[in-house]
Amino acid sequence: MSFLRNEKVRGILYQLITIIGFVVFVFYIAQNTSHNIEARGIKSGLDFMNTTAGFDITETPIAYGHNSTHWDVFKVGLANTLIISFFGIILTTILGLIIGVARLSSNWIISHMAAGYIEIFRNIPILLQILFWYNVVLASMPSVRHSFSFFDSIFINQRGIFIPNPIFEDGSWLIGVGFVAAIIVGWFISRWAKKRHDETGKGFPTIWANLSILILLPLLAYFVAGEPAHLDYPALKGFNFSGGKTFTPEFLALLFALTIYTATFIAEAIRSGIEAVNKGQKEAATALGLTPMQSLKLVVLPQAIRISIPPIINQYLNLAKNSSLAAAVGYPELVTVFAGTSLNITGQALEIIGITMLTYLIISLSVSVLLNWFNNKMKIKER
Amino acid sequence: MAVYSLKTAKEPPLGERGAVAWIRHNLLSSSFNILFTILSIYILYKILPPLAHWLFLDADFVGDKKSDCGGDGACWIFVFEKLKMFIYGFYPQAELWRANLTIALGGATVLIAALDRSPKALKIITILLLPIVSVVLLSGGYFGLAHVETNAWGGLLLTLVIATVGIVLSFPIGVLFALGRQSKLPIIKTLSVFYIELIRGVPLITVLFMASVVLPLFFPEGIDFDKLIRALIGITLFQAAYVAENVRGGLQAIPKGQYEAADAMGLTYWKSMRLVILPQAIKVAIPNLVGSFISLFKDTSLVMIIGLFDLLSMVKLTANDRDWLGMDTEGFVFVAIVYWIFNFTMSRYSKRLERKLDTNNRD
Repeated sequence: MSFLRNEKVRGILYQLITIIGFVVFVFYIAQNTSHNIEARGIKSGLDFMNTTAGFDITETPIAYGHNSTHWDVFKVGLANTLIISFFGIILTTILGLIIGVARLSSNWIISHMAAGYIEIFRNIPILLQILFWYNVVLASMPSVRHSFSFFDSIFINQRGIFIPNPIFEDGSWLIGVGFVAAIIVGWFISRWAKKRHDETGKGFPTIWANLSILILLPLLAYFVAGEPAHLDYPALKGFNFSGGKTFTPEFLALLFALTIYTATFIAEAIRSGIEAVNKGQKEAATALGLTPMQSLKLVVLPQAIRISIPPIINQYLNLAKNSSLAAAVGYPELVTVFAGTSLNITGQALEIIGITMLTYLIISLSVSVLLNWFNNKMKIKER
Repeated sequence: MAVYSLKTAKEPPLGERGAVAWIRHNLLSSSFNILFTILSIYILYKILPPLAHWLFLDADFVGDKKSDCGGDGACWIFVFEKLKMFIYGFYPQAELWRANLTIALGGATVLIAALDRSPKALKIITILLLPIVSVVLLSGGYFGLAHVETNAWGGLLLTLVIATVGIVLSFPIGVLFALGRQSKLPIIKTLSVFYIELIRGVPLITVLFMASVVLPLFFPEGIDFDKLIRALIGITLFQAAYVAENVRGGLQAIPKGQYEAADAMGLTYWKSMRLVILPQAIKVAIPNLVGSFISLFKDTSLVMIIGLFDLLSMVKLTANDRDWLGMDTEGFVFVAIVYWIFNFTMSRYSKRLERKLDTNNRD
């Protein structure tokens, strides 16, 4: 039996045992499952995706009607997941950036207020925060007739927030063209500015120039095309507002809670990124005669971003995954309508949960790929 | 020869010492700073006094029914009256001593684990025994204890049971997956990576749905899992993947020389892991591990969605009482404070541990 003492032989043996155990386990489960499904009279397979769903969804960013199938339910749910994640990521980045910078402020009150914010909100479960916004804050808003009104165009009441909605008519494509053109021009300006800076050392206010072009070109296109867009204002008709754009309480509760909760982690990521930059780097920048602003912009931030971005992107991913808690308030995203309502109607738990998990997995893995690409690109090139 | 005596230094000017200097440097160092200071004091003024009024000054503490709450502040009478629900859920009145004993045992275990002087073996044994003892004690059916259905477990008690079982069981599984991921054997490595990435890529709620709806299909008809056990399986499997990643971080931080030294000593794989590598790796991983345990503690609130009555779900349940309608605000605030205290304590403890364990003997 001395060959058992050989490391290679034992390695192969261990793996053989593992794989046999795994296969037996999977086989056992598969057999039980198929038996159980038969015994309970549940259908199997993906045919149900093409049958009519037969229920209404409150928020449908893409076409959905009485004849829509479960496949459409999936698409609407996924669209809503992406919408809430998109808005959440933008808002939480802004808030997290403010809190993170405030945390590092030399002003005692500001930095302690930021610390207080972080300690309070990151230690309270996100689900509790969602329910609090939904059941306490938004439910205590005034009734439709007594809405808070701002400039007669924005209204806040129990049914949500109503804002003016831009309506684009024929000829609006020119605005889009202006927008795209602005991005292309901006890219050329940045390239030219960088080249000039490398050659002559002269600076150029690239950000301001690009920002103004980004606003001016579409604006110009708007007037050239004969003002083809206008705002549709919400107005009180009967018992509710019509027109404009509506943000429902479900959406808002989820958005506020996700934003406030995730911002604490983003603020911490930003802080640890800036603090991780070697003190000698700041001192060297000062010794070179850079102003505090220059030293932050040219020396500290480029190094801090390298450290901060990976955890921040992970937080974006967490935000997207946490949006699945919408199930608690009924915002119709993937888990609520597809893994919830569709599952209850069809009873095909295995397929539906499998598809839902796979969808999240694909989103997560694509973000990881992006993150690896970023890490490789950002890696300090040492000689 | 002239004798020079050392003169005592002059005190700094009045503007550079004491409270005045502190205020000047920390609050009023530039015009921007002055503006920010005024702005933030204004914000605090807008938030803190109303909050204090609602929480304490205008709140009602004495009484036993809703009509005793007349003020504009919080009605804490509601929380006092429903305290049993918040802590034990529907656990039978006559058996409450068992719930109390369980909580006391949990507290004792935490104390033993946190004390520096208690022997390591004792720590490990108590931590491993705690979930078993508490589940047996709570559910009964043995030793003449009346059986209590898990449906009746609830409130903070249930939250603590889920968190404890999740933390204790997920740890060994997670360590195994971490070792698997670092293993040289390709099949074991692939399976571990597959599992870890799958779990970390999906939200907990889908894993809980899987555990509560799909899991029963996986087993022969006779075996019927209790709802709580299904949730525990889901949470443990979910947490194990995160533990695995934290431990892997620790494993990667251990210098290669340690692995080689263990091999050179002639230790087998398991011995070198148990005696040399893991003790160091886990030490490095502790701050992240505690972080993931805090996440787990917060995530236990999700079991509410699959129909268990944990601490968070008690808010709606108690506020639906006819005599106490519309009390969810007080309920949410109270529950938030309870969660906050637990999580904040854990994060402070982890910071202390981090400092204590920072032997930093590598350079």
